[in-house]
Amino acid sequence: MAEGLKLEIVSPERLVLSQQATAVTVPGTEGYFTVMAGHAPFMTTLRTGFITVTGDAVAPAVFFVRGGFADVSPEGLTILAEESVPFAEMGQDDLQARIRTAEQTLAAANTPEERTFAQEVVSGLLNLAQEASYLNGAHAN
Amino acid sequence: MPSLKDLKNRIDSVKSTQKITKAMQMVAAAKLRRAQDAAEAARPYAERMGRVLASLGAVYEGQTNAPPLLAGTGRDQTHLLIVATGERGLAGGFNSSIARLARDHANRLLSEGKTVKILTVGRKGHDILRRQFPDHIIDTVSFREVKQVGFAQANQIAQNVLALFAAGEFDVATLFYAKFGSVVSQVPTATQIIPARLETPAGAEGQLAAPGVIYEYEPNEEAIVEDLLPRNISVQIFRALLENGASFYGAQMSAMDNATRNAGEMINALQLSYNRQRQAQITKELIEIISGAEAL
Repeated sequence: MAEGLKLEIVSPERLVLSQQATAVTVPGTEGYFTVMAGHAPFMTTLRTGFITVTGDAVAPAVFFVRGGFADVSPEGLTILAEESVPFAEMGQDDLQARIRTAEQTLAAANTPEERTFAQEVVSGLLNLAQEASYLNGAHAN
Repeated sequence: MPSLKDLKNRIDSVKSTQKITKAMQMVAAAKLRRAQDAAEAARPYAERMGRVLASLGAVYEGQTNAPPLLAGTGRDQTHLLIVATGERGLAGGFNSSIARLARDHANRLLSEGKTVKILTVGRKGHDILRRQFPDHIIDTVSFREVKQVGFAQANQIAQNVLALFAAGEFDVATLFYAKFGSVVSQVPTATQIIPARLETPAGAEGQLAAPGVIYEYEPNEEAIVEDLLPRNISVQIFRALLENGASFYGAQMSAMDNATRNAGEMINALQLSYNRQRQAQITKELIEIISGAEAL
């Protein structure tokens, strides 16, 4: 088996994901970071953003995450998110609602960093929405 | 002596009551399974949260600059009791046993000259405690409209509690709920949530503080602890609500099971006296006919 790390994404309501992954990109408070196997022990709080999970055989999976923290230990990566939704489960309406919330956050941001970050969330969500509409279109045809 | 017709009516009414309790028992059983699943699903988060906090809390051991949520305000004067009960009755002693625990606690604090404030979650607890502590109840949260309690609701309560704490409205907060043991045993429990009591579960030590492992923290330990403590309150409340939900349906299930059985016994007894009386009437009519015939 290729060397991987054990990834667990846990939200208060359920265990969202528990699997082996090659690399995971996480939105830390001080910026996005990627964890691979053998990462030094590390703990950080999270911002609203996207977790990208890259596995061996599977296509990269995207999770929307809001608040929480990540714990990188020798055993693997544990993400305790206040809210975490796999992008695949996210409906179009849900997505639109999230875009609106993100845009409000952007409007309310008053420091340049906050603004940059909120902007990132908005454009990330918009990208996802576009991708989803393509996918849906493909299904329809 | 009730007439035959009266007895028949009573048997019918007990029978329909039995049908209702039977249906409620089955509904409670189905809901219990769902509530148990929800409680089960929430466990990993709470466990990991507790583990991380326990290891981080050690940082503050013996220090004076610990955040108030961890160390308390230094006073012990005003107590907030968060009493979580069910929204409905018909669950045996479920609501009253939680309320009783809270009441005893409140009475003890009052006799010690402390100030008591009560926040009730769930309508039933409010109904019970309102009689004895009308002036102490500061707020009531009701989930009557909510089908399945989610983290959002727990978070809302936690935000209220934290706002009160930040405003210096209380020093110690205790949460009352029923811990789910099994379908037949629900244990009313009191847990102190502010200041936080960090338990160190066995084995947690080895997991996080493995020798030679030096953690890096971003931004830093203090910031993480300050971020985690309020979250921990939400998680504790959420957990209590879920436990409560499972306990409620467990209690309701066994209460309704008892009620169904009692109704069955009652029907048997009524049926017996109905049959006796009918037989007595037949015998009486026969005697009348026979003695009438003899008189001729």
